[in-house]
Amino acid sequence: MRIVVLTKPVPDPAAAAERLGPDNRLDRAASPAVINGNDEYVLEAALKLVEAHGGEVVLLSMAPATGPETMRKGLAMGAHRGVHVTDPALAGSDAWTTARVLAAALGEMEYDLVLAGFDTSDGTAGVVGAGVATLLKLPYLSSAAQIEPDPKAGTVRVRRISATGFDVLEAPMPALIVGTQLLGEPRYPSLKGIMGARSKEIATRSIADLGLDATGVGIAASRTEVASKRTPPQRGDAIVVRGSAEEAATAIVDLLTERRLL
Amino acid sequence: MAGIWVVADTNADGSLARIGAEVATLARTLAKAASADATGIVVGADPTGAATELATYLPRVIAVTDAAAADHAWAAIAAQRAAEVIDATGPTLVLTGAGPDGRDVAGTLMALLDGGVLVNATGVKWDGGEIVEMSVFGGRLVTTSHFVEGTAVRIITLRPNVVTAEAGASPGRVEGVTPKGELTLPAVKVVDRIEEASAAAPIEEARVIVAGGRGVGGTEGFELVGQIAEALGGAVGATRAAVDSGWIPYAQQIGQTGKIVKPRLYLALGISGAIQHKVGMQTAETVIAVNRDPDAPIADFADMIVIGDLFEVGKALLAQLKAKSG
Repeated sequence: MRIVVLTKPVPDPAAAAERLGPDNRLDRAASPAVINGNDEYVLEAALKLVEAHGGEVVLLSMAPATGPETMRKGLAMGAHRGVHVTDPALAGSDAWTTARVLAAALGEMEYDLVLAGFDTSDGTAGVVGAGVATLLKLPYLSSAAQIEPDPKAGTVRVRRISATGFDVLEAPMPALIVGTQLLGEPRYPSLKGIMGARSKEIATRSIADLGLDATGVGIAASRTEVASKRTPPQRGDAIVVRGSAEEAATAIVDLLTERRLL
Repeated sequence: MAGIWVVADTNADGSLARIGAEVATLARTLAKAASADATGIVVGADPTGAATELATYLPRVIAVTDAAAADHAWAAIAAQRAAEVIDATGPTLVLTGAGPDGRDVAGTLMALLDGGVLVNATGVKWDGGEIVEMSVFGGRLVTTSHFVEGTAVRIITLRPNVVTAEAGASPGRVEGVTPKGELTLPAVKVVDRIEEASAAAPIEEARVIVAGGRGVGGTEGFELVGQIAEALGGAVGATRAAVDSGWIPYAQQIGQTGKIVKPRLYLALGISGAIQHKVGMQTAETVIAVNRDPDAPIADFADMIVIGDLFEVGKALLAQLKAKSG
């Protein structure tokens, strides 16, 4: 099986230092970059599928010039190689441009499955996967909790989370799947994996390589604009209750009564 | 302007989802402010029920009957059929819910109609143009955004519980439409639908949520959580850790990979308040936490933190609530 995993470098959410710059665009210098957390879950699923069925996992990322630094972690987890789409003209690209660029990159790759994470921690849009699938006319299977390909039949089954449980979806491959964290915890890279990642290939593609026009991407083509930003009002300090269970329960009931919640 | 359009979310039984009614109410408000027309779109194998319901909120509803929606993934079909009826000459606002279906519709429509997208809006106003409020960076920043000039199709997804659904002055008209042609995107077959046994009330709609985390310890612990929820007339929620442990179905999960809720009361039992959970519940009006650890992060965004054993406090609370109502 050939699986392409879409990955994105994002400001490390654990640092909680994400901010917008004076131009109201994401200030990438403010935080260290890491692989988007949800991408690691689909990468883990891809690695398990290739371990079971054989094949190759390729990381595909549209990212600034520093992209390969974050991609190394995915390679250390076990991905075989990477494709890094980078170009100064791509800075400030929105979800729609990102989808078009990734679709163009996929156009010159071979794959049975394309996997994408549920959303990214910086933009939280979660629409790029659907956009790519639509552009490439690939079957689109989203909110996946489980992925079961049948390479002989050339089909894939996905358990999609529904409002009341799960829907079992089935489609022919190639297909694009957006996964959730229910796929299972990502592995930590082993020391051997980290060492091996250094020599794995990361191919670089510019937008000209992909046959795209520089005026149709980046800030110039972005459809949205942040007009203002503010810090949300903080809750006042919490009332701290210590004491017996009985006293604590009384304090809760009193607050509920005061706020007319009973 | 070329109108304000709602792609309505429906429930598994074909009825209008609450978020669909909320989005429709927003569309009607915006249409009035923008002096534009608001139109609802319902796509389904049998859209009549939801369309009639949607027409209580909007002056005009288009019901598209597509038999394929019965046993195929809904969003791609809904987006294609919606794209056939939406006037995309622009500026055109397209509104839908911010749930898993809504985001799929938004992403597909973005590609079909060459549109811009703003997701997870926590408010949308009209002042000469759309002003879209969003909560970003795990709730640490609130932004307002708009679409740049020249963007014809402007797609916005709205979070649940941001708008209170209110019917219009008089019911609108429903127009039945048959699909214009073959679907151009591959339809993905639904080969099975699995219902997870869950007697619990849906959390998105709950006014009160009693939620349990790792500290609840197991299914037995969640029985107490359920009893307190019942006494308060609320629903049971959970953290990802509790869901992953198999103590409660995924449908009750709140947070980054679960649902975003906005109840009047959020009672958190044995929940530390990790950022992934916080983003799902931080806009609750009143937050009360019971936790052994006074330094748990939830203390920073709760109105009250009770330091103690959740079982002891929970049982005492349950007894007092019962005594009060009895």
